[in-house]
Parts: sequence; C-alpha cells; structure tokens
Amino acid sequence: MTPLDALLVPFHYAFMQRAFVAALAVGLLCSTMGTYVILRKLAFIGDGIAHASFAGIVIAYLRGANFYVGAGIVAVLTALGIGFVHRRGRISLDTTIGVLFTGMFALGVYLMSQQRSYAVDLQSFLFGDILAVQNQDLRLIVALALVVAIAVAVLFRGLLYTTFDPVVAQASGIASPAYEYALLVMLALTIVVALQAVGIVLVAALLVTPAAAAYQLTSRFVPMMALAAVFGAASTVGGLYLSYYVRASSGATIVLLATVLFFIAVAGRQLQRVSASRS
Amino acid sequence: MVARDLVVRYDDFTALMGATLTVHFGEALGIVGPNGSGKSTLLKCIAGLLVPSSGELLVLGSAPRKLPPGTIAYVPQVEAVDWSFPATVWDVVAMGRFARLRFWERFGQDDRDAVQHALDLVDMSGLASRHIAKLSGGQQQRAFVARAIAQEPKLLLLDEPTTGVDAATEEALLHVVRELVAGGMPVLMSTHDLDRVDEWFDRLLVLDRRVLALGSPREVVESGAYSAIREHTHTHGHLRHDHEPHAAHAAHPELRR
Repeated sequence: MTPLDALLVPFHYAFMQRAFVAALAVGLLCSTMGTYVILRKLAFIGDGIAHASFAGIVIAYLRGANFYVGAGIVAVLTALGIGFVHRRGRISLDTTIGVLFTGMFALGVYLMSQQRSYAVDLQSFLFGDILAVQNQDLRLIVALALVVAIAVAVLFRGLLYTTFDPVVAQASGIASPAYEYALLVMLALTIVVALQAVGIVLVAALLVTPAAAAYQLTSRFVPMMALAAVFGAASTVGGLYLSYYVRASSGATIVLLATVLFFIAVAGRQLQRVSASRS
Repeated sequence: MVARDLVVRYDDFTALMGATLTVHFGEALGIVGPNGSGKSTLLKCIAGLLVPSSGELLVLGSAPRKLPPGTIAYVPQVEAVDWSFPATVWDVVAMGRFARLRFWERFGQDDRDAVQHALDLVDMSGLASRHIAKLSGGQQQRAFVARAIAQEPKLLLLDEPTTGVDAATEEALLHVVRELVAGGMPVLMSTHDLDRVDEWFDRLLVLDRRVLALGSPREVVESGAYSAIREHTHTHGHLRHDHEPHAAHAAHPELRR
C-alpha cells in the first residue's frame, strides 16, 4: 500500500463517505449561522435549543417516529418561544433559557429513564455519532442545509442590517422582529442538522468556535462569514478524518480541532498586531 | 407629516400629552425642550418605533408602519450598536440602501453611487474603508447621517445629532441639513443647542411634553416660551449629557436582548 493509499483509507468505506458528506454540510452550515450567533450574541440560545430538542428526540423515539421530526418540532417551538420572551418578556433572557432548556432536557431524561430497555442509541445524541448516518439521514441533512443556505442568501441584507442595528433598520421599514424570528428558526434547523454529527452537548461549539476564529482575523462581515465557513468545514471534515486514525469519538475530535483552530486564529491576530505596531 | 393630539404613555408615565404639529416638504423643523420633554419619544413615534397611545399621526398620508420601506430615515440620539461589529464606514452607509432593495435585487451601481454621494456630503469619502471602531465620535455620527442620506428617504429624523460632536462635525451637519432641505426634503431634528436655531431651522417647536410654541425661530423667541426653556436649561444644568434615561429605558423594548 502506497502512502497515498494509506491516507485515502477512510474514504473506502460507504459509511465513512456518508459521514464525510454530512460533516461537510454540518461544518459549512453551523459556521455560517455561527456568524450571526456571534454577532447577535445568541450562543446561549443555541445551547438552549440543542438541549431542549432532546425532549423531542426522546418523544420521537418512543413513538417510533423519525428523530429529526421530533427534534425539529421541539427546536423550532423552543426558538420561537425564546424569541417571544426576548421581545415581550419581563424576565431576563438568560433566566428564561436557563429555566426552559434544563426543564426540557430533564423531560427527555425522565421519559428515557422510564423505558425498561435502556435506549443505547439515544446516548449517541448527547455526544453525536456521525458514523451512524444512514442514506435517509444524509438526504435530510443535505436538504435542511440547503433550505437554511437559501434562506441566508435571500434574507442576507435584512439579516445583516437587523443584526447590526435593529432599531434603525426597523425605522427604515425593515421588519426587525420578523428577521429575528426567521433567524431563530434557521438556527433551530441548523442545530437539528448538527445533532447527529457532534451531539447536543457539543453543538454550541460548532456554532460559536469557527465564527469566533474568523472574527479574530477579519473586520468585514462577508469575509468573516466566508472564513468561518472555511474553519467550520476544516474542523468537521478534518476532525472526522483525524478521529479515524486516533480512534477517538468523532464529535469530540471535531470540536477539539475547531478549538485548536480558534487558538491559532487568536495567535495570528496577536502576530498581526505586533507586526502592525512595529511598522 | 401631520401629528394631531399625539399622546404616548409608558406604564405610569405620560411622555407626550397631546402634541400637534405639521412638517412640510423642504423645511427643517427644530425641536427644543428640557430633559424628558418628549423630544426623542416624538421622533420615535414618527419613525414607527413607538405606537402612540392616542392621537393621529400621518406621514405622506399613512401611518408610519404602513409606509413603503425606505420612506423614513432615523438617526437615533445614542447609537446602540456593537462598535466591534465587522463593518467599515462604507458597509454601514451601504445599509441605508437595504430597505429599498427587494430580496432578488442586486446591490447595483445606483446604490454604490448613492453611498458615495452620501459619503461626499458628510465629508467622509476618505474614511470609507476604515473600520467603524476606529472613528471619532463625530465621524461615527457623520457615518450614521450618511447612512440615512443614502437611503434617500422622504422624511429625515435626527435626534440630537450635534450632541457631543466636534465643531467640524457640527458645521458639516448644518451644511448637510440645509442642502437636503434646499433639495425639498423635510427634516425634523431635536437639539439642545439653543444658540444657532435660526441658522439650522425654518421653524422651531418648543416641547415640554406638550407643544409650548411653534413658529419661525424669531416668533418663538419673541413669544417667550423659548426663553422659559433657556431659563430651565440654565438652572437645571447643562443639557450636554441629556440622555433622557427614564424615557429611553421605557421606550426601548426593541433594544432588549
């Protein structure tokens, strides 16, 4: 076997091929949406939606339904509920999310614990199992990713303006609340897509870390989004690839690689600053 | 623009009790009044950010929220934006065009020309590629006014644009406002700068939760309502740091995150 063959080994298996396509879609999608998450400071909301969707996964599982449907419904409802509280509520947003997401997560655990046969594959949703992606899952992942990507393209200007300056955008006739709800629904769908790749616990990392790395290195919006997508895809595809050789959990390897890239970006920014101050 | 008997109540506080005024094409109307007199509240109502509790408010014959996108441009007193947002001056001014563009329309040459023209008007062309965090307060204010101009609105609302800016910016803004007004645009602007009202405005409104006087700056000065405000200003300290905290807090549910 030549060295090149050895490097291509992971691509020989059908399940690995599916996993790579899923990883690429998830990496691109999460980091693109992550740009909004960072700039609108929605990281905690993303984490909350991911945890809340656990209840949906368990309910879908118990009823023998597709878990994407269960997770999707609960995630979107949670996102809309959070958006409503965000706009109308008198309780702080942090408090609301803290109460809602732990409550929903506990509901999932409660329902699961009542089952006599311990549901092993539910475990995989906590930490992700991208190698278990089936053809049907892959089609759903790619379709949902396309829907969100098209929504980003169509709503691009409005999302940008309402992210930067919602009040003035509103005065100019751009419906800031509608954009906020649209963004939250897109975020919920993104999280559902990412659940199987990295799991509930680590999905927030894919939303935040690649975009945060890009934020270190650029000072304009479009380059930030593009660079975030590069970091995101590099983390998911690279992390999956690495996990094959180091025989570690793919979700954890992906997030660790994203974290390493983030610190490299931070170091790069420091170098930029040092060289700028010298010149 | 017509407002009749405009009343705005927050929970237990009436910010405006029955304001009636009109603004015509090609006129700059100045609003002066002490702290908490409802200047910002009035402008927010006209911008469609607040719905009046009662009264009638028509801009070009319809309610502010029912106007076609891009009709009203508003520059708030305090820009509550994240200054570390990845955007240059050009990017911010370009946002002024967004309300006019449909989903499928591209940001075209017309839009770039409008952005460039707005930057030229406020004398910021040289700083177009600078990041917004690296601007002085006056330059930031000029960038936001340029964004409003790039929108090519039918009505321009400026909430104390000269607060805390340098003299050069103030001159630039005065020049811009007079030029826009000469071009037929109605401009409604609040200010606490009582010294040069006759240079800025065609008419002056004295507001203290209700309209105390409305007329040419000269008439208003002669009516005495204006000197009452001056008196108030002088006895109650400087208005330079007037952020109307009470009204601002209650009036900004849309700012909560």
